[in-house]
Amino acid sequence: METEEQNTESSKAGFIRIESVTKKFSDFVAVDNVSLDINKGELFALLGGSGCGKTTLLRMLAGFESPTSGRIFIDGQDMAGVAPYDRPVNMMFQSYALFPHMTVSGNVGYGLKHEAMTPAQRQDRVKEMLSLVQLSHLADRKPHQLSGGQRQRVALARSLAKQPKLLLLDEPLGALDKKLREHTQFEISNIQYKMGITFVVVTHDQEEAMTLASRIAVMDQGVIRQIGPPSHIYENPSSKFVAGFIGSINMVGGEIINVKGDTVEVLAPTLGHSLQVSTSSTFSVGEKVSLAVRPEKISISRKRPATTANLLKGTVQDFGYFGKDSLYRIKLPTGHLLSVNTVNAQRLSGEEATATWEDEVYLTINRDAAMLFKGDA
Amino acid sequence: MSNISNKPHANWFNRRGWRDIIIVAPYAWLIAFFVIPFIIVIVMSFAKTATESPPFAFLPEWPYIRFETYIRLFSDSLYIRSTFISLYNAAIATLLCLLIGYPMALGITRVNKSAQRLLLMLIILPFWTSFLLRVYAWIGLMGKNSWFNQLLTVIYNAVVPSSWEVTGFQLMNTNFAVVLVMVYSYLPFMILPLYANLEKLDMTLNEAAMDLGSRPWQVFKDVTLPLSIPGIIAGGLLVFIPASGELIIPSLVGSAADPMIGRVIQQEFGSNRDWPMASTVAVALLLLLVVPLVLYNHFEARAGKAGGT
Repeated sequence: METEEQNTESSKAGFIRIESVTKKFSDFVAVDNVSLDINKGELFALLGGSGCGKTTLLRMLAGFESPTSGRIFIDGQDMAGVAPYDRPVNMMFQSYALFPHMTVSGNVGYGLKHEAMTPAQRQDRVKEMLSLVQLSHLADRKPHQLSGGQRQRVALARSLAKQPKLLLLDEPLGALDKKLREHTQFEISNIQYKMGITFVVVTHDQEEAMTLASRIAVMDQGVIRQIGPPSHIYENPSSKFVAGFIGSINMVGGEIINVKGDTVEVLAPTLGHSLQVSTSSTFSVGEKVSLAVRPEKISISRKRPATTANLLKGTVQDFGYFGKDSLYRIKLPTGHLLSVNTVNAQRLSGEEATATWEDEVYLTINRDAAMLFKGDA
Repeated sequence: MSNISNKPHANWFNRRGWRDIIIVAPYAWLIAFFVIPFIIVIVMSFAKTATESPPFAFLPEWPYIRFETYIRLFSDSLYIRSTFISLYNAAIATLLCLLIGYPMALGITRVNKSAQRLLLMLIILPFWTSFLLRVYAWIGLMGKNSWFNQLLTVIYNAVVPSSWEVTGFQLMNTNFAVVLVMVYSYLPFMILPLYANLEKLDMTLNEAAMDLGSRPWQVFKDVTLPLSIPGIIAGGLLVFIPASGELIIPSLVGSAADPMIGRVIQQEFGSNRDWPMASTVAVALLLLLVVPLVLYNHFEARAGKAGGT
């Protein structure tokens, strides 16, 4: 029992292996010695800004580019020299790349021409795919007669029709408006769960990556900066870059002035104050550090809290009310601005409204809330 | 409306005067230099020949016009035959231009931008020398003792059994020569619209087809070829229409026994001084060419609708 379990586990792990892959375009290194394992049935996201190499990596998985060095394995098979049309991989293109001269069902069924299937089987598969993306009623339309969201779903159905081992999605939600994005996000997750196909999503949108993916690789300048589940990357970024890239963050420079067990005291001149921060890394007194706090991890109140530790005082410089939450920009006596985000969990009547412009407020930063990175900000 | 008038650049065009001038100018040109002359040609086609100048006259009494030339158009085999030869030669030339020009146009789209500019320059380069000069050059090439003819002869003799061997080909004054020189002359008119069409095609469509399992040849057949039909039609008509009315090439390298219709019109106007007959042939030729043009516009409108994205 146990060995069998282990076997399936090990065959799941490393379903896609990227082994020290480098891709150079003449002098430009697009992907720099990247190694990565993606598990079977996983929804994996490559996240990064434009030019970080994520799309090049995706195109190498699809076979449109070949690595300058390094190897790619899909389900144990070395992909070196395997043409795109021979790979068990399909791709959903950012522009959707629907064939304008074919109908919706023509598009969805196109890849099935090359499969050993009877015409009836092919038709059934097309119907099945169209019902999966809820487009059965539009089977005879041409792409230009569809809305953006409908085109996106045709592209998804087309890329799933051949039941690839690996589906690549290039900015799948990029061209959709906000409402549609949220809906489609869940739809993609559901379809992925239903079909059990391994998905690799490329995106520059951290929200998209966080809601879709079970694991994220953050890329920058051709290098993977951190790999992990969304919550891990958000709460425990491994570097200043990742911390700044994912979510918003307040980052200031400081110096360690005291070390006591796993708690250090950091003097941050821009905050005009020293803060107690608990950390798992080791720091020595006098070391330069960057102190980072997420806006929602700072609590704000108009009354002076009982604690005096990690307490800052400031005035509300700017204030945005978004319904479910509010965003403040608090000006500290040093002139530095801190972003603070509060969830409006309580329903407020007009009189007892929370802090507003020019109010004096107190900020507390829990010692677990702040993160420390080596080196100055 | 409101957002157009908000753009300062659009304003000058919206002032009535400018817009009207820009719209009227091409129509005025067309009317002055095509419609009115052509009406004169149509009117002449109903006249009879005369000895004075101009060499045509209308009948002295009702109905003043006659249809004799139109009857002759169908009764004299020369006109029908020359029409067929014209359409046949033009069709063959168009097909050959397509077969030669398509790979060239496609090839140009697949190299980098600066190489594309260079290759397009080379395509247009022959236009910098006189058309007549180039046709005369072909006359030189096709003569029995020319190196070109000798080369063809050597290749031919090497391939065929010895009893079929020839000492040289009769190229000049044949329909073959007409088609050859027409393909040479009109090839750019096929390549340029095809290039314009193929260059616009989204390469990610090719990648998508390849991603879905199609080999390069299938990608071409399923994606590139169907999407380039508007370019094929445009190039085809740009070659076919002038080729079917071609005068200079058949006059210089063609056979007098198989005249093309342009040559017939020229003879009727010139040596025969039969202006009504020449006009009639011209009207018939125009009708023959207007039909494909109307078809083309029809296809264009349909393609415009289908390729809306």
